[in-house]
Amino acid sequence: MNIRNQMKLEFLSCSENVGLARVAVAAFASGVDFNLSDLEEIKVAVSEAVSNSVIHGYEGATTGTVRLSASLFNNALEIVVEDDGKGIADVEQAMLPGTGSDPERLGLGFVFMKSFMDEVDVQTEVGKGTRVKLLKSLTVNGESVKN
Amino acid sequence: MGYEFEQESGILIVKILGEFDLHEAEYARRDIDIQIRAQGVKHILFDLGGLTFIDSSGLGVILGRYRKVKESGGLAVISGAPPNIKKVMEISGLTRLMPFFVDRASAVQELG
Repeated sequence: MNIRNQMKLEFLSCSENVGLARVAVAAFASGVDFNLSDLEEIKVAVSEAVSNSVIHGYEGATTGTVRLSASLFNNALEIVVEDDGKGIADVEQAMLPGTGSDPERLGLGFVFMKSFMDEVDVQTEVGKGTRVKLLKSLTVNGESVKN
Repeated sequence: MGYEFEQESGILIVKILGEFDLHEAEYARRDIDIQIRAQGVKHILFDLGGLTFIDSSGLGVILGRYRKVKESGGLAVISGAPPNIKKVMEISGLTRLMPFFVDRASAVQELG
């Protein structure tokens, strides 16, 4: 697959940067054929992935590094959110709704990512960090764009 | 993001404006709880007419306040949610827990 465009952003694990991340990706993706509904969905997915890094990866510490990249291919947008945090011991468990320990949190981060994106891939290692790859296919008139 | 508080017929009305994510969640949770205690209200109405974005962190604050007022016999309802916000709430299951109203007036009438 040929990359048509790409952006990379690195920032500290502060909650302020959750908004920065989703707005940056939405601005990047708005130049192509995503409609407003797609862009809204992409924003929620990025927000969830970055929030996970801040809340769970770095457990609220604001000194961690979060790396975000967005790559535009002919037929899809690929977003990668990566941290060097504590990792996820049980990814399958983390993907289930309502599995968090905090009653104020819904535990729906991965549920939203899976609902709004076409592919969600999680690579993680305890003590090393987590890499979440999100893929959104480009559609024209409801049909997937062929590469 | 910002929020405005009003009280009408014993209902705390929380108008949430702009984007509601992790960064806003902690302050919002604290401020809304202070208002619930200070105003001694039974019910809470979230007016989301001015909300442009919400994710699971923002939804968690709304769900937490729903549980809080429910424990003391009150109700928490939503009004004016734009379509993109309502879609996120539907996926979260919140629309099955909390009544939704098209506007604030009909929500106040129902609670009153």
